[in-house]
Amino acid sequence: MRVPLSWLGEFVDLEPGTTPEAVHAALVSVGLEEEEIHRFELTGPIVVGEVLEFVGEPQTNGKTINWCQVRVAPGDETAADGGPAVHGIVCGAHNFVVGDKVVVTLPGAVLPGPFAIAPRKTYGHVSDGMIASARELGLGDEHDGILLLKNLGLDDAPVGTDAIALLGLDDTAVEVNVTPDRGYAFSIRGIAREYSHATGAAFRDPALATAPAVSTVEFPVTLADAAPIRGRSGASVFVTRAVRGVDPSRPTPAWMITRLALAGMRSISLVVDVTNYVMLELGQPLHGYDLDALTGGILVRRAEPGEKLTTLDGVVRALHPEDLLITDESGAIGLAGVMGGRSTEIGATTTNVLIEAANFDPVSIARSARRHKLPSEASRRFERGVDPQVAAVAAARVVQLLVDLAGGTADALGSAVDSSVAPVAIELPRDFITGLIGRTYSDEEERSALAEIGGVLVDTPTGLSVTPPTWRPDLTDKWTLAEEVARIVGYDSIPSVLPVAPPGRGLTLLQRLRCTVAQTLAATGHTEVLAYPFVSESDNRLFAPLAAVAADAAGAAAGVPAVAEVPQIRVANPLDGEAPFLRTSILPGLLRIAHRNRSRGITDLAVFEQGLVFRPVAGIRYGSLVVPAGAVRPSAELEAELNAGIPPQPYSVAVVLTGNTVRHQPGRPPLSAGWQDALTAVQQVALATGVSILVRQGAHPAMHPGRTAELFVATPAGELSVGFAGELLPAVAIDFDLPAVVAVAEITLSDVFAQAGAELHAAPIRTMPAATQDLSLVVSAAVPAAEVLAAVAEGAGALLDHIELVDDYRGTGIEPGRKSLTFALRFRAADRTLTAAEASDAKLAGVAVATARFDATLRE
Amino acid sequence: MSESTENPAPAEITEAAVTAAVTAALSAISAAADSAALKAARSEHAGEASPLSRLNALMRSVSKEQKAAAGKLVGQARARVNQALSAREAEIGAAEAAAKLAAETVDVTAAASTWHAGARHPLALLQERVADVFVAMGWEVAEGPELESEWFNFDALNFDEDHPARAMQDTFFIDPPEAHLVLRTHTSPVQMRALLSRELPVYVVAPGRVYRTDELDATHTPVFHQIEGIAIDKGLTMAHLRGTLDHFVQALFGPEAKVRLRPNYFPFTEPSAELDVWHPTFKGGARWIEWGGCGMVNANVLRSAGIDPEVYSGFAFGVGVERALMFRNDVKDMHDMVEGDARFSQQYGMTV
Repeated sequence: MRVPLSWLGEFVDLEPGTTPEAVHAALVSVGLEEEEIHRFELTGPIVVGEVLEFVGEPQTNGKTINWCQVRVAPGDETAADGGPAVHGIVCGAHNFVVGDKVVVTLPGAVLPGPFAIAPRKTYGHVSDGMIASARELGLGDEHDGILLLKNLGLDDAPVGTDAIALLGLDDTAVEVNVTPDRGYAFSIRGIAREYSHATGAAFRDPALATAPAVSTVEFPVTLADAAPIRGRSGASVFVTRAVRGVDPSRPTPAWMITRLALAGMRSISLVVDVTNYVMLELGQPLHGYDLDALTGGILVRRAEPGEKLTTLDGVVRALHPEDLLITDESGAIGLAGVMGGRSTEIGATTTNVLIEAANFDPVSIARSARRHKLPSEASRRFERGVDPQVAAVAAARVVQLLVDLAGGTADALGSAVDSSVAPVAIELPRDFITGLIGRTYSDEEERSALAEIGGVLVDTPTGLSVTPPTWRPDLTDKWTLAEEVARIVGYDSIPSVLPVAPPGRGLTLLQRLRCTVAQTLAATGHTEVLAYPFVSESDNRLFAPLAAVAADAAGAAAGVPAVAEVPQIRVANPLDGEAPFLRTSILPGLLRIAHRNRSRGITDLAVFEQGLVFRPVAGIRYGSLVVPAGAVRPSAELEAELNAGIPPQPYSVAVVLTGNTVRHQPGRPPLSAGWQDALTAVQQVALATGVSILVRQGAHPAMHPGRTAELFVATPAGELSVGFAGELLPAVAIDFDLPAVVAVAEITLSDVFAQAGAELHAAPIRTMPAATQDLSLVVSAAVPAAEVLAAVAEGAGALLDHIELVDDYRGTGIEPGRKSLTFALRFRAADRTLTAAEASDAKLAGVAVATARFDATLRE
Repeated sequence: MSESTENPAPAEITEAAVTAAVTAALSAISAAADSAALKAARSEHAGEASPLSRLNALMRSVSKEQKAAAGKLVGQARARVNQALSAREAEIGAAEAAAKLAAETVDVTAAASTWHAGARHPLALLQERVADVFVAMGWEVAEGPELESEWFNFDALNFDEDHPARAMQDTFFIDPPEAHLVLRTHTSPVQMRALLSRELPVYVVAPGRVYRTDELDATHTPVFHQIEGIAIDKGLTMAHLRGTLDHFVQALFGPEAKVRLRPNYFPFTEPSAELDVWHPTFKGGARWIEWGGCGMVNANVLRSAGIDPEVYSGFAFGVGVERALMFRNDVKDMHDMVEGDARFSQQYGMTV
């Protein structure tokens, strides 16, 4: 809402010299949000001039310019720019005649742009100033010709008069954002009241300045809503007033054009300008019909199936049965509260006008405006609630202005249907506000604040009964009254008291684990990033969780066609049409981030992200067709149903490494990132969570077939696949504009966390001397080293203190297809020094198990 | 060495002979520059074939009367030589150890590393920091899904389906819209989940990711983070809200930080306020910064959770994490936070 200060000052006392900044600050203090300040952004000298003579001079470019002599000061007086009384000015417009009064911007003036005026050589003359158009002055879009003062009814302004003051171009508007609960503040009336609340300045309600007109000849109006939305009738008030004999050639006065322009509306025609002006002043949307184009009386009803309406903008609108219509005997003539119809539009020849001032249901109007994508000044006000009692006043004010400005005659024809419901009184218990706000409000403070906002107060045994004013439909309970008192007395007076919460339990296990995982990965060289979770369908298909891949593979093996789509969630209104799906994996986003870093020259990269992934289960229909009402706790069943309708969103972590993990530097060879680094990150996650992650040779369509591990955790129900790690398929890496070797890992952390948190029990530390032995076993190259190690450990039994793989040798001396694995073993007893023989026996027992299980032979 | 081999074998133990042997020995020992030279000197002057050893061997032929005096003479001479040997040995050992260490000198500013720097994202760190402040006050941290039911995101929070406030939320809807699923537009649905699942009183904060259909620019991003707090208890007031916020901003922005409340409208609070924070260390000078919204929990929100608003009251607040990072840590462009450029996080390392 833009508020010209001259207009505001009509209804509330503004101290002389009050700055727009001060007005802003005052309005912000009572709850309006500060937006911009609007000015005409021009400085003088800009004066009234009279065209004395002009000569048309055709130019080689085909245009004809006029070389004009313009009087800008009376007699021999010096002009406002210090120059002669008559200036020679080149003008490209042709809409004027000798003797016309015009607006001349003299050298030294600055127009919006900024555009500084100075004498300039053009078309063979020195043009000593400019004759301005309405657009050049910021008064509208009109630029086909210059502004003629006779068209503004200002033809009698003396030559040399300051045109800035004459046209009101020295006015300023403050813009405020009106919160959705304060429809009444979409008017000068409402803002003036709020300014008065903020400053205590005297307020004069413009709704009391005009008496509602009385009609003696009834214009037939019927409100017939056969299908109220949510039980509320579409229209509650419908006031009409007729004005006859309006002169369509009358101009809109300059002061009105200026105020409309500052308020952000352009001048269209006097009748339309008047309805807009009164709407801005009182907050009541108004509509004018060409009375002679109406057929019979008005019927307000819902649209019928298939019904159409051509609106003012010339668009044919297919109507919905929920749309509220203004109709006459010819059919629909307006979409109520949103936009009028073309057939009864006020035109250049209209002389008899019917004014409509109605009150429509906010929900009905909001839905129609949304449905037809037609947010208008009217719909914006109706959606937020319009004072039902201001309709008759607004209609009378329009009539008055049309009589005063357009030469019309107030007609006896009209109507005043009013079925609006009076506001309901609210019981306000004594001390309620003090108890809610935590500051003591005196009886006087409460009463005066509530009276100031227009409430009617009646004492009751327990406190007050407060009837809110008709313009405050948002005041519905004692809490809303508490806000009024608190804001009018001032939020700044609320004290600061720190409440003591009951002792808490600290972070949950999952919260601690998430933090530890992130800290661990960061401490081990990975950089945390945050990607948007929006991806393409093919991203999701490429990085489908292994469970989905496995289902697909099983289906394919069984001769069932592969599942065409990985179950995934689509956003109905995505910002990026290329990425309308929610990620099932963190990797696509992370790979794009890796690419972005590389494109910026950061080639050695290790990044990770933790976050939610969206993994719907195939075949489940998510969501709920019916949403329970608010303000009532849903039943346990309903709550369970709502929760069951929400797709699974497990917590996941992924890492991506490219380039070198050990960079080029003196004294150490570089190491490039590879599958080992992905598995190292997995072990770091395992360390951070305290849950063992089992690594097995695996496969994934996006991954290198020989360098992929599938990851598992042990659960009471068996092993659970929680992700994969290794190197990307080189072709996939190249598709993401990355080098051929990219190490990646993704782990569904929620599944890992579910196994965390068991209390750990420490084993006693053995301190007796150790016996160390090495062991080399030859096995088939296909046997995983981890399984051989596990077999040796199992056979070696309780004396084995530690075992690790120290070498994997293939080549000379080893049969092709086999490999030699060397393990370092450390034996130790709890209670004695082991003999070499005891250690050897234990080792051989380990060898025996490996031999039995994998055909392992001791390497000679 | 040649000199000593040419020494004539002493015929008898005389003071002159002993003195000559000692003088030669001490001179050789002090002349030894390293362990090898000292070893040679030891063998020459204290070994089996050294003059002193040979003089000592003559003790057998010394007469009984002279034995004591000759023994003393030779014994003292040998002790002097041995003492000089060990002293010189210690000196040379220390010098050689020092030389070895000196030779091992490196350029410590060019240390090769097997490790490279990682970092946390400052938005994540800031959320953890805030959670820590509230946990210290006895509050708990609550969370919920990002893909939410409309009931939790809107209806339960007193957003009427036709109220303009609902349309103003710039919501991402999930296909098909009839299923009434949305990407949560704020962390407030977590409030409702906390109220439905916990015993009263409730004091929780909910940090997390939220979504609005704003195009990415220097100050907007469609995916961002909020921290929301809610407290429901008997007798909670707006003064308690202000007290909590004052404590919170002081923990995050320093002891001079404070909060200003301005009237505003939110469906889920009544009275509602805009929350401005006085930021004492703002680059360019201390100032008020618009940071979020807050207020007393709307009675209808309490009713949605089955809580009687005549018995309980409470307050709630929500602030933007990106915005806090912008003004607290002087981040000028939202792109830096969302693009994933590793250099951005690495400026912060492990702390914000």
